Amino acid sequence: MEFSTKNRQLLSRIATNDRHGENSPYFDGWKAYDSNPFHLIHNPDGVIQMGLAENPLCFDLIEKWIRENPDASICTAEGLDKFKDIAIYQDYHGLREFREAVAKFMGRVGGNRVTFDPNRIVMSGGATGANETVIFCLADPGDAFLVPSPYYAGFARDLRWRTGVEIVPVHCKSSNNFRITRAALEEAYEKAERSNINIKGVIITNPSNPLGTVLDKETLRSLVSFVTDKNIHLVSDEIYAATVFSSPRFISVAEVMQDMDCNRDLIHIVYSLSKDMGFPGFRVGIVYSFNDDVTNCARKMSSFGLVSSQTQFLLASMLSDDEFVGNFLRESSKRLAKRHHVFTKGLEEVGISTIKSNAGLFFWMDMRPLLKEQTTKAETELWRVIINEVKLNVSPGSSFQCSEPGWFRVCFANMDDKTVEVALDRIREFVLQGKEENNHEADKSQARAQRWRKQNLRLSFSSSRLYDESLMSPHLISPHSPLVRART
Amino acid sequence: MVAMSKIATGNGHGENSPYFDGWKAYETNPFHPTERPEGVIQMGLAENQLCFNLIKNWLIKHPEASLCTPQGVDKFKETALFQDYHGMPEFRQAVAKFMGKVRGDRVKFDPDRIVMSGGATGAHEMVAFCLADPGEAFLVPTPYYPGFDRDLKWRTGVELVPVDCESCNNFKITRNALEAAYVKAQEANLRVKGLLITNPSNPLGTILDRDTLKSMVRFINDKNIHLIGDEIYAATVFMEPEFVSISEIIEEEDVECNRDLIHIVYSLSKDMGFPGFRVGIVYSYNDSVVSCARKMSSFGLVSSQTQHLIASMLSDDEFVDNFITESKELLFKRHKYFTWSLSQVGIGCLKGNSGLFIWMDLRKLLKEKTFAAEMELWRVIINEVKLNVSPGSSFHCEEPGWFRVCFANMDDHTMKVALLRIRTFVLKNNEAMVPLKLCRPSSLKISLSRSLSRRMDDFMSPGIMSPHSPLPQSPLVRART
Repeated sequence: MEFSTKNRQLLSRIATNDRHGENSPYFDGWKAYDSNPFHLIHNPDGVIQMGLAENPLCFDLIEKWIRENPDASICTAEGLDKFKDIAIYQDYHGLREFREAVAKFMGRVGGNRVTFDPNRIVMSGGATGANETVIFCLADPGDAFLVPSPYYAGFARDLRWRTGVEIVPVHCKSSNNFRITRAALEEAYEKAERSNINIKGVIITNPSNPLGTVLDKETLRSLVSFVTDKNIHLVSDEIYAATVFSSPRFISVAEVMQDMDCNRDLIHIVYSLSKDMGFPGFRVGIVYSFNDDVTNCARKMSSFGLVSSQTQFLLASMLSDDEFVGNFLRESSKRLAKRHHVFTKGLEEVGISTIKSNAGLFFWMDMRPLLKEQTTKAETELWRVIINEVKLNVSPGSSFQCSEPGWFRVCFANMDDKTVEVALDRIREFVLQGKEENNHEADKSQARAQRWRKQNLRLSFSSSRLYDESLMSPHLISPHSPLVRART
Repeated sequence: MVAMSKIATGNGHGENSPYFDGWKAYETNPFHPTERPEGVIQMGLAENQLCFNLIKNWLIKHPEASLCTPQGVDKFKETALFQDYHGMPEFRQAVAKFMGKVRGDRVKFDPDRIVMSGGATGAHEMVAFCLADPGEAFLVPTPYYPGFDRDLKWRTGVELVPVDCESCNNFKITRNALEAAYVKAQEANLRVKGLLITNPSNPLGTILDRDTLKSMVRFINDKNIHLIGDEIYAATVFMEPEFVSISEIIEEEDVECNRDLIHIVYSLSKDMGFPGFRVGIVYSYNDSVVSCARKMSSFGLVSSQTQHLIASMLSDDEFVDNFITESKELLFKRHKYFTWSLSQVGIGCLKGNSGLFIWMDLRKLLKEKTFAAEMELWRVIINEVKLNVSPGSSFHCEEPGWFRVCFANMDDHTMKVALLRIRTFVLKNNEAMVPLKLCRPSSLKISLSRSLSRRMDDFMSPGIMSPHSPLPQSPLVRART
């Protein structure tokens, strides 16, 4: 947005800087989608949205539950007598039943290896609000957080914009599957300190966006011990916890803490129902801190973004239905596994590999063999081709601050089965076309592709079961863009 | 020692204030008509509980307004997935229309300028983030809502400079007072970025007249600073004079105004009685502010489930018209009964026509004209009279002796009990008071109880009185009081 000199003086620095992140060139993909959105019947040549990490696969289960539980709503005949009490309930502690249900859900998602305390459940405006709130509690303007890359593009806004806090990326490499090593953390920490940057903590996303992988116990223990040594905070964004669809299982930082010597006051979890349940519209963000002062402070701050009491009431009911929750979590995993398998198998057939993943609503696709040269510029070029010619809105690795060019995040859950087929067809066509056009390069690229395959980057799926039940009916893809997404 | 931020370790949240003693007293001993009839009555909570029957009747007739009914469930998925920070178009259209109706349709609001926020609490913070840098300041006429200290200052680093208003001219906001405050800010090296007014006023329960509004618009234009109008009590104006919004003033021919300086904060918490639903609105005439606030709204969007319900409810013209009228009627009756009862024992209030509270004048009950005396009196009211009212000093009032008393958050029975307690207390303290003009003290006791029962019928709202909810709540936890 262009600001006149007058406006610059009239408005705050926050209002006139770029730290909201929306002037990034990556939104070209979204604009391409917005102006030409795919529709199976009405616009079959349109751009397919594969940049949106949404989880719409289990709404049939949810709708069934809704029909069977009219007392979960304050607007039905069965629930109306609760309307007034709920409509006037603005207590920032949140409805007790809501906190209990969320705590129980978080426990189940972690395989019941941890019990979460409802009194530590603090609300926020989605995970977007939760991340910002945590930063406001832990850091002053000018302080910084270490964030392993590649990381969610929205962190630039959520962690930095209004807080004035900085991000110091800890670059992870494909050579070891983007593992977060102690050495990398130490190096990043020391470098920051030498530049007089005050590191206040580390933020991890587990399961990872964009990688779709989970952190193993060793890495988690290493992170906890690292922050304890340095006396800095560890914030674990676990919003994809229930999207783990095959082994290895999800391990929460809460679980790892249980049998470790560590300073619990340094550990905080960010959670949400946007990905695990598929409810981004309901703005259910959770801050869960093991530090009492942070819990108290975050709770006071939650006034700026409480969950609507109407929504608290609904979810309190839904998430305390043990049978429903158990069934939902199982089905969701199954369906994600199936979808993931269909995609990765389809890609494998044309020689495209993805990082081995078992979680998330996306996969991390390796397009390095298709780059003209291993540069961000070449990646951006390839990306524009994918958007404009292949007509898929995928997200380039550089938008996730990935230090190696050539990786792309591709969302697979936010579409119906037929659209999946169309997307795969387009990719196949593009890759095969590329091979034909570059005949003289064919040998080179094949050799390259083989090399990549040898380096532990084989795509694979560890899901041992395939599910035949049909998924969902085609749905109209409504025009959305991440310019407007609270979170992608 | 684990380091947290300065924001986290400071007192900017405002909750360490001594005023929360009243709330604590209520929480430990909340009034209940049958279970705890000697408990503390909550009169510090500006809630509008009078019209829920109307709302419930509407809900019964409109099951499609809910995502959870058979009639509405087919919208569940697309609504649950809808996280677009523009907000649902139907929601914005319905809110814009409602805002217009509340202003008698004298002005139209543009749905594309409707930006969501986490309640009015979130709206204020968002506006401060958009308009001011840390260390800059807003002018705020006193007395003002205590939550502003948190909403506008805490995480933003912005300062508030009070504009002194006095009872001798009914707390009018004068040009002189504005200028004086502006100068005072400059002397303290604070750059003033705007003026924040609440109209109708919390805690006064009054509205700003046309001349004052025009004078303010002229003032901010002269100084090239922003004008933020918190109009969250707009639909609670229950009698003459008619409410005048900033949105109307800027359309007037004799008003020259840079519209880029004008912003309105709105909410459904007071006008509809839905504080739990967290429906805050920022409405700015400045395109850059709309754009910036919209991006910031990601931190506090309205739940799409709630957007869906509100869109449906507020687009029903007949319901809305009826609701606004009924609400005013019930508020009028409640207010009239309250102020009349108090006047019978010689307690005056600032003459008000809006809000969910009265601004009660207890200056003559003070031992001396000091804030210490006000606090002393306040503690007596809490601990002996057992009413949680809010002392004027918590609103930064310049003069001791004023108290805000909420009247719309209780049923008729509780209100009766509260009034009886006040009257009993006042009569006990008769010697300390200036003699009443209306009645001689000796006849007062007898005539009071008789007149009370006679008059009650005139003022009571029809329908069954439901017992006040015993949900223990305190403003420590209120998003907004």
